[in-house]
Amino acid sequence: MDAIYNSIEKSSKELTKEDFQSGQMVKWCPGCGAHVILASILNTFPKIGYNQDKFVFVSGIGCSSRFPYYINTYGFHGIHGRASAIATGVKLANPGLSVWVATGDGDSLAIGGNHFMHAVRRNIDLNIILFNNQIYGLTKGQFSPTSPMGSVTKTSPFGTIEPPVNPGKLVLGVGGSFFARVPDNNAHLLGEAVYAAAKHDGTSVVEVLQNCIIFNDKAHEAWVGKEAREENMLVLEHGKPMLFGKNMKKGLMFKNGKLLVVEVGKDGVKESDILVHDMYDDNPGLQIMLIEMAPPHFPVAVGIIRAAKRDTYDDLFYEQIESAKKSSDIKCVDDLLNSGTVFEIR
Amino acid sequence: MTKKTKVKELDNVVVKFVGDSGDGMQLTGTLFSDSAAVFGNDLATFPDYPAEIRAPHNTVAGVSGFQVHIGKSKVNSFGDLCHVLVAMNPASLKANLKVAERGATIIVDVDAFDEEAIKKAGYLSNPLEDKSLEGYNLIKAPITTLTRGALADSGLNKKQVDKTKNMFALGMIYYLFNRDLQHTIEYLSDKFSEKGEMLEANKKVLQAGYDFADTIEALDSTFQVSPAKLEKGKYRNITGNVAAAWGLLAAAEKANLPLYLGSYPITPATDILVELSKHKSLGAKVFQAEDEIAGITSAIGAAFAGNLAVTTTSGPGLSLKVEAMGLAVITELPLVIIDVQRAGPSTGMPTKSEQSDLYQALFSRNGDAPIPVIAASSSANCFYYAFEAARIALEHMTPVILLTDGFLGNGSQLFRIPKMADLPVINPPIAAPNEPDYKPYRRNPDTLVRRWAFPGTPGLRHRIGGLEKENVTGVVTTDAANHELMVKLRAEKVNKISSRIPKQTVTGAQQGDLLIVSWGSSEGVIQTVVESMAADGKKVGHAHFNYIMPLPTNVDEIFNNFKKIIVAEQNMGQFVNYLRMAHPAFQYEQYNKVQGLPFTETEIKNVISKLL
Repeated sequence: MDAIYNSIEKSSKELTKEDFQSGQMVKWCPGCGAHVILASILNTFPKIGYNQDKFVFVSGIGCSSRFPYYINTYGFHGIHGRASAIATGVKLANPGLSVWVATGDGDSLAIGGNHFMHAVRRNIDLNIILFNNQIYGLTKGQFSPTSPMGSVTKTSPFGTIEPPVNPGKLVLGVGGSFFARVPDNNAHLLGEAVYAAAKHDGTSVVEVLQNCIIFNDKAHEAWVGKEAREENMLVLEHGKPMLFGKNMKKGLMFKNGKLLVVEVGKDGVKESDILVHDMYDDNPGLQIMLIEMAPPHFPVAVGIIRAAKRDTYDDLFYEQIESAKKSSDIKCVDDLLNSGTVFEIR
Repeated sequence: MTKKTKVKELDNVVVKFVGDSGDGMQLTGTLFSDSAAVFGNDLATFPDYPAEIRAPHNTVAGVSGFQVHIGKSKVNSFGDLCHVLVAMNPASLKANLKVAERGATIIVDVDAFDEEAIKKAGYLSNPLEDKSLEGYNLIKAPITTLTRGALADSGLNKKQVDKTKNMFALGMIYYLFNRDLQHTIEYLSDKFSEKGEMLEANKKVLQAGYDFADTIEALDSTFQVSPAKLEKGKYRNITGNVAAAWGLLAAAEKANLPLYLGSYPITPATDILVELSKHKSLGAKVFQAEDEIAGITSAIGAAFAGNLAVTTTSGPGLSLKVEAMGLAVITELPLVIIDVQRAGPSTGMPTKSEQSDLYQALFSRNGDAPIPVIAASSSANCFYYAFEAARIALEHMTPVILLTDGFLGNGSQLFRIPKMADLPVINPPIAAPNEPDYKPYRRNPDTLVRRWAFPGTPGLRHRIGGLEKENVTGVVTTDAANHELMVKLRAEKVNKISSRIPKQTVTGAQQGDLLIVSWGSSEGVIQTVVESMAADGKKVGHAHFNYIMPLPTNVDEIFNNFKKIIVAEQNMGQFVNYLRMAHPAFQYEQYNKVQGLPFTETEIKNVISKLL
């Protein structure tokens, strides 16, 4: 892994997974995908290199949002939908903190859609882990904004009649600089995405395709399940050709303005014809097409899809303050009080 | 040629500038009041403008006004009736004649009184000719014609020329009050430093107005309002919104913490956000959020992370912040919430003022969620109450609501500039690095205040949030006894603030027949009336409350000294009902006005007289 360079102070000693365990009883259902997310983060955080005091985990409301209690960092369990707004305040108050948001599809895409969208648009240096289980779990099984059309849930007994939002498309649509999508049964890939999110300057969104074993079991099974994933999941790696399938012979080509699934060695297709993933590409066009892919005609793309370089809100925010401090004659409140039109009674 | 004029010596004068929105009346009024401040008059101002940026031309709906009260003695209010009215068009005259006292000098731009404009204003005949203004000193000035004449050779187009008409009117007023033009010329030089031709045009028209007033016979006397005998010191003219912004900056400096503002624009509170945006050199962190909720929740995040966190808003915005206010209560974080009240409910009358957010300040949250509430009572003391809101929030680890209103926020007043060294130091209970056995809800046994541990501090890792926590440890729990304990501790912590605030004072008679009780922006007008009635021997006193939740400790004592109590406020009785709840032993009369307008001295005098 490449080392992380930024202004957040590094720990002087090596940390381990145990240093990040909070010791509190984890109360998610057995078999919930959230356990894998927690384990991946506990495994990855020591590698990031900041000590525990420099991390803040902020959450909203929902199953996902219990996360701050299970990790030995500073934590703030907010109110429904507002995690990224709270986290924005934390980061602007102290840019020397590594600020993380644990949130869900209801928390960040329904009630908190506005805050989520604007955090991403501003590109403030937050790391948002979006637990997407396509259902409201904590309130026991109502459809969410990511539930597929026709989903039968407690509040949609006849099936939902609204199309779902695709989180990645939303992120890129508002100019997001970092988006990764990972299944909850691939701890390695999840760890890589978490590390890359920490390394990225700006808002990093990691969408975890999470299973809710109680209210929406196997929601992502058709592409993340053991049987299905070889044929229906494309694991993107920067600089590598976009190959998938049992023998890694299927691949993606771009033809006539469209993506196309082809087979290497068939119809004269060579491996060099296959698209190569560029996560740093500033142009989001192809990345959006990858995000949109879904069976039956395409695999679902996972991995780090976009990591483009953009100015961050927090850097610009502090640059303005520092430059004003240098150039202004008003250095303290006494200066301010006596500035402009003032007269004296003697 | 200079005519010989009489000079009338006056104690105080109210001048009102009115015209079409876009005629520059706000600027004209501001320049006149700034000049008066520099001259040494005490003053209070009241901008009175429509919600629309440019309502239809020449209609009553589009009238914008700015009232200035200047005096050689203490000026407590912006005044009931004006002695001088400057009306730039028929609609503004129609809308404002009722606030001109009988015999007032009325200066009109006679050129604006054409048939169409007269009709559009709703007049059946020309008021300048139908004798309806008999009894006033009417000055018919051809302001448009003379402005255009003065700038005939300027090379400016008609639109640019007509934009300087307000300077002609201002020049006339400066003549009328024997004022020099220096301060205004300095302002213009600064404003038009890049546009030499506009600077010259404005200066020329200002002088033309002054000279014109000097030549007309109808202005046979000028007014002299001598400088006020003010306490020694430095002064400036300041609006309540600017004063509140500066009070926050002062508190941040005294607490040695960065100031963080998370806010969303809303009338009439926007100017606090605008003002703080200018002061990055003082380290002010200003975040214009995507909505009211992000304003307050980002501020809560900033408070958690160790800044003096503030959010500013007006009525409907406060409603949106309510859930987050509960979060600040349960996390026991310091947070200043400023509500510049306006007329409600809902969107209501955004540019009109009211005192009707008291209930929502006191009671809006779910659960038992007490929040201290304080209220400023003059444009200038918005500085001190913003400072005080921050002090209470930081030292008592609680959200605090500061109520001001549109009159205070947009109105201005003379402000005696304090020295920062004279303001109290603010001591928040910040936990030190590696403090042994830090627990988030361990409390100071006297004040019940918990300690504030900033993320990033070595060794104080903890988690707080909206779920109920165990006292001391901060572990999530639904334990029945613990919840009741925490509810009581949060209430008791807020009640204990009453011992850290000043006692309630009374002006006028200290005991006797009637105590008039009020809060917020009505202080000046009521105080003026009570002081004059008390001086006439009437046994009437005035208790004006700045601390509302908790109330000062001596309320019973004061109320016992009077036979009758009346509570006057600009709502249907929110404070009086709160007093009925908090101090039920007394019988309260009430006087309520809910018109988006301030009390007048006459109204208060009548109310008091009826009860004496």
